[in-house]
Amino acid sequence: MNKHTLSVLVENKPGVLARVSGLFSRRSFNIDSLAVGETENPDVSRITIVVNADSSPLEQVTKQLNKLVNVLKIVELDPQQSVQRELLLVKVRADRAQRGQVLETVELFRAKVIDVAPDTLTIEATGNPDKLDALLRDLEPYGIKEMVQSGLVAIGRGSRSITTGPALRAA
Amino acid sequence: MTRPTPETLAHRANPATVAAASPAPAVASPVPTSGAGALVRSLEALGVEVLFGIPGGAILPAYDPLFDSKVRHILVRHEQGAGHAATGYAQATGKVGVCIATSGPGATNLVTPIADAYMDSVPMVAITGQVARPSIGTDAFQEADIQGITLPITKHNFLVQTPEELPRILAEAFHLAATGRPGPVLVDIPKDVLQSPTTFTWPPTLDLPGYRPTLHPHGKQIREAARLIAAAKRPVLYVGGGVLKAGATDGLRKLAELTGIPVITTLMALGAFPDSHPQHLGMPGMHGTVPAVYALQKSDLLITLGARFDDRVTGKLDSFAPDAKVVHADIDPAEIGKNRHADVPIVGDARHVIDELIAAVSASAGGTAQYESWWATLNELRDRYPLGYEEPTDGTLAPQYVIQRIGELVGPDAIYVAGVGQHQMWASQFIKYEKPGTWLNSGGAGTMGYAVPAAMGAKVGRPDVAVWAIDGDGCFQMTNQELATCALEGIPVKIAVINNGNLGMVRQWQTLFYDGRYSNTELGTHKHRIPDFVKLAEALGCIGLRCESKDDVDKIIKQAMEINDAPVVIDFTVGKDAMVWPMVAAGTSNDEIMFARDVRPTFEEDDL
Repeated sequence: MNKHTLSVLVENKPGVLARVSGLFSRRSFNIDSLAVGETENPDVSRITIVVNADSSPLEQVTKQLNKLVNVLKIVELDPQQSVQRELLLVKVRADRAQRGQVLETVELFRAKVIDVAPDTLTIEATGNPDKLDALLRDLEPYGIKEMVQSGLVAIGRGSRSITTGPALRAA
Repeated sequence: MTRPTPETLAHRANPATVAAASPAPAVASPVPTSGAGALVRSLEALGVEVLFGIPGGAILPAYDPLFDSKVRHILVRHEQGAGHAATGYAQATGKVGVCIATSGPGATNLVTPIADAYMDSVPMVAITGQVARPSIGTDAFQEADIQGITLPITKHNFLVQTPEELPRILAEAFHLAATGRPGPVLVDIPKDVLQSPTTFTWPPTLDLPGYRPTLHPHGKQIREAARLIAAAKRPVLYVGGGVLKAGATDGLRKLAELTGIPVITTLMALGAFPDSHPQHLGMPGMHGTVPAVYALQKSDLLITLGARFDDRVTGKLDSFAPDAKVVHADIDPAEIGKNRHADVPIVGDARHVIDELIAAVSASAGGTAQYESWWATLNELRDRYPLGYEEPTDGTLAPQYVIQRIGELVGPDAIYVAGVGQHQMWASQFIKYEKPGTWLNSGGAGTMGYAVPAAMGAKVGRPDVAVWAIDGDGCFQMTNQELATCALEGIPVKIAVINNGNLGMVRQWQTLFYDGRYSNTELGTHKHRIPDFVKLAEALGCIGLRCESKDDVDKIIKQAMEINDAPVVIDFTVGKDAMVWPMVAAGTSNDEIMFARDVRPTFEEDDL
């Protein structure tokens, strides 16, 4: 099984996310990550879905997704030809003695401190999943009190855009 | 007894009352009305002739303008009946069938017919009332999230948010239901939306940017299919319900006769190619004919038109048609390659696909002569393994005989509607279908109880045609309440109850696979005559007849044929031990087909 990143352009209407995610769960696919947001056109939302699946069941679920009336376009993004990012917020134990070392790690990963308390630092980081995994590995020894991670968002490299073209009459 | 007379009927089924609506005139300047008024005016503008439904609290505002509308409303006795009637109407006429129910239990009672219509790709629109917008999500009285419930069993569904969007949503619902791969669409309307003032204009502009069914096949794929056809030695035209839905039966006949290729029609496609045609091998699948099943297994090319490699056709998938290349044409791209790899995938409407195939193969086609040895093998199988049945040795009436005689006496112009089970399979085997739209059944979902309400809907849609339901005693007890509707609304259907006193198909499996341990399949309709179907028919305002011996079969069928002013129920009391043959047991290979109990056909395959 391989990881696949699907970009799904949908009409920005109530209930569309349930239709899309329902198709995956009904075919017992586990969604690794999911992110939704508006696009440059407020009538269109973009859902980025990461799934672990063999290519032939994935093809079937993609065809079923295409049948949903609210789905406008589906593109599978090749990891080599796209930029992929996640957002991570993590609260790390950092008393006076450790604070310097933690800040050094933050610097190294070009992350940011967004909240400070006497015994913790809250750090914001973006990057591809590998980079964020590495950051977490380095922060782990200090003690991670809480973390939250966004779904992955991805966009193709180069000047071409998937939101233009004849398939997208709503745009 | 006081059976309704033509004068006392609520409506009489005659062509005049259901005449086709003329195209809707445009309503350019906004007309003040309510949401309910906009709903009914939209239905009128869409050319809806008839609604099957039951009113209730949340949908009640819609019933007030409906009272004055030219749209006929048929008051059913259970919402399931409304749903299947809409399906029967749609399958018999090719138009969109419409059912209407209230919120909560009214809507959930539509779930089975909606799922049924989804599996068989029937164009249907279901309209449901919903609790008022401020009450949604509060577990209000008679609230059910019917949009959520029907997500996986509708082509699309809508929860209407404002009265202004009603005309557009209804136009979209009808467009979605009828075009592309047809299917059910649900429109859920909150009560306060129906009550709110609004204005009505027509026609609305559809807003479906993500809906673009592909109708015309790709020329390259057609040429590739033609190339495979020209090279094949043992081709088969594997024809499914999509050919009927596309109205492509004339083209199919032309293509078949031009090429000389044998034709197999699935359960959903009976009538797409005349049963009497010498190139027709019959139905494939679990209870298909030996030559049809064999032809698929030994074929080197399946030309699949609007069929979907259902498990009841393929048997064990990995041993299905092992030597065949596959040309798979379907309007739904998701069907192609779903169960079986397609060597040549063709997305398109069956009518266009067939027309273009005809043009592409015309040059090389040589009729049946070019497949001489293939036809010789198939013809020999046809002679050796014809459809048939054994006369019961216990003196009981053979159900197959009853069904065969109905088909012979009533003829190929009538519409036959089956329930689900043994009687359905016998009706598919022993009645000869010559024309499209003459065979209605619940193929994909296998919904027991389909026959009576679907026959009602079919008769409403085609009042000039005789409609015979072939039902079982189990199925009949699930939905026979709609006979009261038929009696009062003047819908003179014929219901032949093939009464073997048991859930026959389940009993057959218990005989074959559970050592004859008949757990919960005896219904008591023989032993105790509960219910007595003749008395039940009379109680429901129908004429009840009973037939218990072979000698009476013709006489009683003819008697029923002469009654046209009331629904007729015939209790054909038949033996309980008859079984449906041939049979490919569930989960086994088509190669294991049994011609009869303990009789495996022998195939001389060495020459292939």
